[in-house]
Amino acid sequence: MPEREVVDARGMPCPGPLISLITALKGLAVGDEVEVLSSDRGSNKDIPTWLNKAGHELVTVETFPDHCRFVAKKLR
Amino acid sequence: MSKRIVIVGGGLAGTIVANGLCRQLGRELASGEVAITMLGDSDRHLYQPGLLYIPFGRMRETELFREQRKVLNHRVTFHVDPATHVDVETKQVKTASGKSHGYDYLVLATGSRLVPEEVPGMAEGAHWFYDLDGARKMREALNAFTGGNIVVNVNVPHKCPVAPLEVTFMLHDFLTERGLMDGTTITYTYPIGRLHALEPVAEWAQPEMDRLGIKYETFFNTESVDPQKKTVTSVEGTTLPYDLLVTIPPHKGAAVIEDSGLGKGGWVPTNKQTLHREGSTDVFVVGDTTNIPISKAGSTAHFEADTLVDNLVSLLKEGRMARDYDGKVFCFLETGLSTGTYVWFNYRTPPKPVPPSKMVHWFKLSYNRMYWLSARGLM
Repeated sequence: MPEREVVDARGMPCPGPLISLITALKGLAVGDEVEVLSSDRGSNKDIPTWLNKAGHELVTVETFPDHCRFVAKKLR
Repeated sequence: MSKRIVIVGGGLAGTIVANGLCRQLGRELASGEVAITMLGDSDRHLYQPGLLYIPFGRMRETELFREQRKVLNHRVTFHVDPATHVDVETKQVKTASGKSHGYDYLVLATGSRLVPEEVPGMAEGAHWFYDLDGARKMREALNAFTGGNIVVNVNVPHKCPVAPLEVTFMLHDFLTERGLMDGTTITYTYPIGRLHALEPVAEWAQPEMDRLGIKYETFFNTESVDPQKKTVTSVEGTTLPYDLLVTIPPHKGAAVIEDSGLGKGGWVPTNKQTLHREGSTDVFVVGDTTNIPISKAGSTAHFEADTLVDNLVSLLKEGRMARDYDGKVFCFLETGLSTGTYVWFNYRTPPKPVPPSKMVHWFKLSYNRMYWLSARGLM
């Protein structure tokens, strides 16, 4: 069964949420997912761009009043 | 009964706190009402920002050091006996020699350390200037360099956030002076989608690099270094060849913090205004040791230490805290071998680099000497 790791990066400034996502993905197997909660506005651009560049999938993005929730799947 | 203040760590933050307390608590220290103990790991105090100049032959190694005992006020009891365990429940600090120190107030100033070994091949294949041994080796490598690809490879987290930019611009000037820049390509790599975590600094740095012909690669999170093939590869799948790899290794906090269960990665969860360890009113955290989301820099440590001194003195004399830390940071930024700029910012004000000038560079060179006044709590 694929795993899902949750990273609560709310309150972290850039580049904290993105680096937390990268670190979490390193420790997972292909097919596993990472859920990142971020209140840093820069994550809206950084996280999708990085996932595209690194060859991973952005599964969902949800926007809440004080943060965003990203779900990423490790593809390689 | 004397109030015992124990300071764990003898770097800039701990030293400013110790000396600042002595300047304001002279009578209490003389009468024995207050006692200050520092637990350090070296009898020498290192001016860390000076390491940047070592590879370029712009500072002497002897200029970087003073005897810690002479930097400290004589009223501080100083032991070269590093802490090995901190128990915030029983209020005891154990040390490498097996001694135990009780405290009424504890200041955690344990700093950060380089962990190049966390990236495969980095320790063997890369150079850096963030410690003296690394700076010496980088000086030798630069002296032997005759042209080719230089990669300046930034990893996070790291202290002194502008130093990677400084070394890049200084490399450019150094190699230009030696007539080697025509046969050299400098490539700067950064982990996120711009050239610096602070957006205004990134916006300033990009056109500077364009102007100087310095290449850059963003979203570059180092996966490994191959010292045989002389390549550095990112988790994003980019591989860069190098003839000289100058890296900013990733950092961690002190092992004693993790070993004592006080913070993941050696960073202690800290109230960003009061500098209290989260959950404690008798434990303060200062300098690189905090997990506060601001730059880990000497000036951060300095301004935090000033706040902490005022608060500890106020607590001891009046039973109340004096003021909050406002997040102030001030960093000089060398933009080559003869010009510099600076940034300052706090929790509410973003940084805004000023145009580089010779005057700011000279002021930074002056500060390299004035540092010892800061450490003594005089400036």
